[in-house]
Amino acid sequence: MADLAELLRGAVAGERRSLARLLTAIENDAPGIRELLPSLFAAGRGAHLVGITGPPGSGKSTLVSALAAEWRRRGRRVGIVAVDPSSPHTRGAIMGDRIRMMDHSADPDVFVRSMASRGQMGGLAAATWVVAAAIDAAGYDPIVIETVGAGQSEVEIARLAETTVVVEMPEAGDEVQAIKAGLLEVADVLVVNKADRPGADRAARQMRAMLSTAGGRVARKPPPVLLTSATGGEGISALAEAIDGHRSVARLPDQARARADGQLRRALGEAATRRAASRADWTATVEAVATHEIDPITAAERLLA
Amino acid sequence: MTETPAPETPTTGQPPIRVLIAKPGLDGHDRGAKVLARGLRDEGFEVIYTGLRQSPEMIVDASEQEDVDVIGLSILSGAHMTLLPKVVELARQRGMDDVLIAAGGIIPDADVGKLKAAGIAEVFGPGTSIGQIARYFREHARRRA
Repeated sequence: MADLAELLRGAVAGERRSLARLLTAIENDAPGIRELLPSLFAAGRGAHLVGITGPPGSGKSTLVSALAAEWRRRGRRVGIVAVDPSSPHTRGAIMGDRIRMMDHSADPDVFVRSMASRGQMGGLAAATWVVAAAIDAAGYDPIVIETVGAGQSEVEIARLAETTVVVEMPEAGDEVQAIKAGLLEVADVLVVNKADRPGADRAARQMRAMLSTAGGRVARKPPPVLLTSATGGEGISALAEAIDGHRSVARLPDQARARADGQLRRALGEAATRRAASRADWTATVEAVATHEIDPITAAERLLA
Repeated sequence: MTETPAPETPTTGQPPIRVLIAKPGLDGHDRGAKVLARGLRDEGFEVIYTGLRQSPEMIVDASEQEDVDVIGLSILSGAHMTLLPKVVELARQRGMDDVLIAAGGIIPDADVGKLKAAGIAEVFGPGTSIGQIARYFREHARRRA
């Protein structure tokens, strides 16, 4: 492994291979990577972090590719992180999001990286936000993070991304789906993709109607519901506008604080797990939990004591 | 079925080997490539599948961004003598000297030696098992820290 600081310098200077190798080191939690984090985050340029989530097959990758083309027309350099699930049994993964993005493969101003979730729940990999930070340091803006195909509660992306786009498709459920808690609630922008299919207008209308009646303790105003056809290129420009327009909202202090709180909690959990797992009594504690000698919550408290 | 997380092995466990599987050129048959991608997944590899009709430039660009350890090229069209050495050449130009480049598909025995001379590490013909390919990749792919 080349010197990590050297890779970071190369990435910041625009060398794609250095960036790519740095991302691998981050994913693998290579020795020395944690020591690099302060300078990695300091090299950040404040790129807009955009999350794209939604059910499998809703057209996320195609939409990301169409958005990248739109942003390229506006002179932006686009970073894309596409996360696909790892097998819980073999740790293997197939990452196929790139298939939809090959139009950009010869463009030096679009950088696409596939990531396997590596056992992490919530639609992202543990290292996704550090990977995004490195792509930011390399000067791409916006950075689009496409999650694993998500169902109803994979809301992790909202902690990381400044702007979360939830992609749905026509005939994906009735009005009750739109009032359930979870994914739809974290949307800053809602997209009904595949708008060329029957029922798209109706789906968008229903979503708008249900979301507009939100009240009570919900302070946020309902997200815009946009219709797109990623393959036909319809609605893409309006979607890019909506995402770009949300950037300043996402950076209001209370929103930034809410994300920071989530990120800190998550980092804390990871740091605590790492420390606990390196303790000499870790294996014995796992054994004790397995044999019901101790409950996992009490065991965790002891490991942190 | 809900996904359960893989057992955490924070101190042991090599990082998964990353493999890019691509179909260079104009043939439209990707069943074999998909079966291989799936098989390698089950062998614990992280497989990036880029789909059909890729130019050598596209394949090398993607491999560079993905920082893969192995490039697997599936080709049935007969254009292997033009396309495969081109992939090797472009990869080496970009400094990807330690990336293992292998091929599979319908490739006459007479061409295998020439492809190897051009830098294709191994050629897997019909009848090769997924296990053989996985073993070869494990033995010959670079290892990282």
